[in-house]
Amino acid sequence: MQIYLPIAEMSVNIFLILGMGGAVGLLSGLFGVGGGFLMTPLLIFVGVPPAVAVGTEANQIVASSVSGGLVHWRRGNVDLRMGAVLTVGGLVGSGIGVALFSVLRGLGQIELVISLSYVVFLGAIGALMFYESVNVIMRRRRADPRRPVIKARGPGRHTWIHGLPFKMRFRKSKLYISALLPLGVGFLVGILAAIMGVGGGFVMVPAMIYLLGMPTQVVIGTSLFQIIFVTANTTFLQATVNQTVDVVLAILLLIGGVLGAQVGARLGTKLRGEQLRVLLALIVLGVCLRLAFDLVVAPAEMFSFGDAGG
Amino acid sequence: MSARLFILALMCAAGLTRAASAQTVPLVADLENHLVAITTGFTGTNVLLFGATDGPGDVVILVRGPGEDITLRRKERFGPIWANADTVEFRDVPSFYSVASNGEPEDFASFRLRERYQIGLENLRLTFEDQGLSADVQSEYRDALLRLNQDRNLYNAEIGRVSLLANRLFRTELHFPANVPTGIYFVEIYLFRNGDVASAEIVPLSISKIGIGAEVYDFAHKLGPLYGLVAIIIAVLAGWAAEAAFRRT
Repeated sequence: MQIYLPIAEMSVNIFLILGMGGAVGLLSGLFGVGGGFLMTPLLIFVGVPPAVAVGTEANQIVASSVSGGLVHWRRGNVDLRMGAVLTVGGLVGSGIGVALFSVLRGLGQIELVISLSYVVFLGAIGALMFYESVNVIMRRRRADPRRPVIKARGPGRHTWIHGLPFKMRFRKSKLYISALLPLGVGFLVGILAAIMGVGGGFVMVPAMIYLLGMPTQVVIGTSLFQIIFVTANTTFLQATVNQTVDVVLAILLLIGGVLGAQVGARLGTKLRGEQLRVLLALIVLGVCLRLAFDLVVAPAEMFSFGDAGG
Repeated sequence: MSARLFILALMCAAGLTRAASAQTVPLVADLENHLVAITTGFTGTNVLLFGATDGPGDVVILVRGPGEDITLRRKERFGPIWANADTVEFRDVPSFYSVASNGEPEDFASFRLRERYQIGLENLRLTFEDQGLSADVQSEYRDALLRLNQDRNLYNAEIGRVSLLANRLFRTELHFPANVPTGIYFVEIYLFRNGDVASAEIVPLSISKIGIGAEVYDFAHKLGPLYGLVAIIIAVLAGWAAEAAFRRT
């Protein structure tokens, strides 16, 4: 059954989109990731214009992060103060990101920048995740349960980071650090979110744990809290500046995504964490390789249409 | 289908009597309908074109979509990757083009006539924004534009079939694919006789989005900020509803 997407201006098979939403939702439920970094490239593969894929994905992530964020909110896993500072940085970053997006689109380079950002980030994060989880599995194999599995590089170590001004106390995270740090993290993730059509959780979660030194149990809730506001801002700006948010597509992705995420979350409790992470790392690296391949291989068609009115 | 044929016959008869009563009209033609509605379930459509001539001759039908300015980019190699480099702009390029005829236009229309009336993709006139481009560059980009539009099924190199009955009645199905651009189309009908154009007629055809899709598109383009807010509200409500629904189970 075909359905016409009014903003993407194309017909797609409704079950294909629902299926994609479901599959990515399943993965996000399994692994606790937003899934934007998988969905945006998938949408581009099926022929949705990259600009529409990015704008629409931001809209869908608003919904999935509200849904996930509420769960963490009820469990008390959101550091509101940290979230607010991250959000301020994120709003500025996403504003600059959308403006940058518009300029790059006019220059005809937006697809290249989207692809390159994906290759760099997916490659780095996929490789790190793969390395770490394989390490964990290998250590388990050697059967030494007393040895610590992951060396947490959390608070307690003093570096140049602790010498920065504008210190703030974050009670829930048990941190006393410079506000510039979360502002900077939020800002960079905001730019990425706007250009790549992602929530940015896959960059922010490691940054919060390793750079800010936040306790793991508040990381996901707080990151979701920030993602809600940043993706809402991105949706608003993309709709205003670029007119690239397709609500019909977003709603279809939502339906599939919500159902998939619930199934995934249930499946996830029955599987081992490390094996899951190896699997996710392989998926991430696969998407990365596919995008890199497309950039490097001589294209069959050298010519392409420029975006109208970009 | 039989009802459609009956109406067709009636209309052709009407056309014939019109042609007969006013001896000055050698060609009449019309479309089954003048509006193609792109609805949410749109997957392309055929529009029946029918007409009558006052005697033997060859019929050529041209369909042209609304003109638009087009930017074409060419990729080049930068180190290991391929990226867009040069850009060429065209002015007022038809967004859709197809030809139909009862025969091969080469057989009854001279090259000059085919060129003048832009019959056949090779005779389609394209205007470059920058007039100073070399002939090589022009032909390269011209070929690319024709090729890309053919790949999207918006330009048709093949000549569609017009069936001619008793040298008087003609009919053809004009095909429009799912991705057809919206706007006012012009369907031009030419009657060739003795190596010249004996008569011509132009029939407009409107292709527009209808229903929810059209409203969403208009909303997004005219009231962007409000559209953005609505999109966010839908997403927040959906997220909240999903969480609430699954919390209970």
